Amino acid sequence: MKTLFSARTENHDEPDLVEHVQQPGGLVADNISAWFGDHKVLDRVSLSMAAGEVTALIGPSGCGKSTFLRILNRMHEMIPSASLFGEVRLDGDDIYAPSQRITSARRNIGMVFQKANPFPAMSIYDNTISGLKLAGIRATRAEKDLLVEDSLRKASLWDEVKDRLEQPGGGLSGGQQQRLCIARSLAVSPRVLLMDEPCSALDPTSTRRVEETIESLRGQVTVVIVTHNMQQAARVSSQCAFFLAAQNTPGVIVEYGATEAMFAHPQDDRTSDYVNGRFG
Amino acid sequence: MTAISETADVTTRPDYPEAGADTASPRLIKQVRERADRTFRLVSSTGGVIVLAIMCLVGIFLTVNAVQAIAAVGPVEFLTTQEWSPETNHFGIAAVLTGTVLIALVALVVALPLSLGTSLFITEVARGGFQRTLVSIVDLMAAVPSVVYGLWGLAFLQNNVIGFAKWLSTWFGWIPIFAVDGADPANPLPNNALYGSSTFIAGLVVALMIVPIMTSMMRESFSRAPIGEREGAYALGATRWGMIRSVVLPFGKGGVIGGTMLGLGRALGETIAIYLIISPIFAINFHILQKGSNSVAALIALRYGESNGFTMSALMAAGLALFILTMIVNFTASTIIGRSRSGAESEA
Ligand SMILES: Nc1ncnc2c1ncn2[C@@H]1O[C@H](COP(=O)(O)OP(=O)(O)OP(=O)(O)O)[C@@H](O)[C@H]1O
Ligand SMILES: [Mg+2]
Repeated sequence: MKTLFSARTENHDEPDLVEHVQQPGGLVADNISAWFGDHKVLDRVSLSMAAGEVTALIGPSGCGKSTFLRILNRMHEMIPSASLFGEVRLDGDDIYAPSQRITSARRNIGMVFQKANPFPAMSIYDNTISGLKLAGIRATRAEKDLLVEDSLRKASLWDEVKDRLEQPGGGLSGGQQQRLCIARSLAVSPRVLLMDEPCSALDPTSTRRVEETIESLRGQVTVVIVTHNMQQAARVSSQCAFFLAAQNTPGVIVEYGATEAMFAHPQDDRTSDYVNGRFG
Repeated sequence: MTAISETADVTTRPDYPEAGADTASPRLIKQVRERADRTFRLVSSTGGVIVLAIMCLVGIFLTVNAVQAIAAVGPVEFLTTQEWSPETNHFGIAAVLTGTVLIALVALVVALPLSLGTSLFITEVARGGFQRTLVSIVDLMAAVPSVVYGLWGLAFLQNNVIGFAKWLSTWFGWIPIFAVDGADPANPLPNNALYGSSTFIAGLVVALMIVPIMTSMMRESFSRAPIGEREGAYALGATRWGMIRSVVLPFGKGGVIGGTMLGLGRALGETIAIYLIISPIFAINFHILQKGSNSVAALIALRYGESNGFTMSALMAAGLALFILTMIVNFTASTIIGRSRSGAESEA
């Protein structure tokens, strides 16, 4: 993520987009419990997501993966009845600390949703750099052009849309919209990128593209991805966490470790059953 | 590969001979309608036709009755004369129509920010019981009869707003519409009567009357902004205002325009509140803070009682002008809404 603007700044000494080009961040969830009203959905979950690595969250439906993911960038608190306990630390700083701004936490920890949600009336170009505008970051036309191309390339969408950047984002196909959302998230140079089943509505080709994108982000951004697709988890992630919520109990992490080891020799019977498709 | 090969005047597609000539033409599909569908069509189209017929009848009735008066002075004279004296065959709608438009514009300038703010507050800030209470209060405001607004404006608002009107004309009197003839900025005790019964005060009262309906429409459209897009903006680090600007406002554009036009339509036709507040004059008065204003609807209400025959026809002509103006506003509104929708709703 550092490469794009560093060459240019050697010639210009004004502060600009370079300030927002960042190193991947290490994310630690410490003792997280979460509730919707009185309904407890996560119970003392701790997980460490290493900087620059891809961590996959797997587990059956309803076990709290999305809830956990949304806690990681403070989207959880948008739901009126939601509450939580615990800390989420980005490189050691609790993002829920009173001194932390919610907007900077979310800018540092980007999110891609299950259902693609580009701004439909906005052009593809403006969609890509909408994060800059929302954050009030000024940039010249040339800087924007560069950033748009770079972000769209990272999301492997550039070749498909380079001739129609001024058309509305809502006019793209579902898979293209999802990649546009990824490009939009990458344009603000997040340190962590959270993805909640980003491929569940995509065709195999688009899915492969997204996986390639994730692959190429390794080392630049910390990626946390929720997926129901075991092959996908095995392909893209280096670390893996298996969530499980038994009947009427809150979700917990049953097993956590290197993906390969976890798929080859699960320590827990329930993990073994799940990754081999015997339940869930 | 060439998809189409032309031999003589027969086109074969694809280009192997076994396929033969392309003789296909679209077939007619005849649909047999179900009984329930037929009934529904009948009932709904009857409703539509009746509404349309009533609109036409109103227009025809006004036109037929107005012809006598308009013919007597000629259409140009009718549009440009400010006085209203059918008895001496000297009348026109220049003053009243201008007054109507000015009052409506003042109302809109006040009501638009007010209703935008209120509807955004209701949808984006207020929560739970407070939100529901606000919604019902706004709806209740819409149900208050206009004569009550008029009385309140006359008895209460006017006295309290005159100070502000004076302040405006003192400091911004150099802008022509805020000037007040006969006002002396040096006089510490200016004449209050100069500022009463003005376009501004009438517009203010009308603004309060149209705020609820505008707010309802805007609130409705804002609240339908998709949660997915909202979260998308927040996830990029947007502040609440940033989210509103990039998601809620673009999404609700049609509702804002529609609500504004609805409010404008109502403001143009408002009668009794304006009638109570203004002191009618038959001269174009662009000084909105100055005493003296008029409107088509107020004119009709004012003169209707003493009218018969020709004088009535003159009032009908004024009514026709108002009818046409309102129609233009509404048609413009629907075209604008139709056009703005196409962008916002191209979601896959
Ligand atoms: N907005 C909400 N209000 C109340 N309860 C909720 C809400 N969202 C989720 N829940 C509950 O929290 C629990 C965990 O939900 P969550 O969406 O995190 O599951 P998940 O693991 O992401 O499932 P899936 O794989 O189906 O997406 C579920 O029992 C669900 O019913
Ligand atoms: Mg989920």
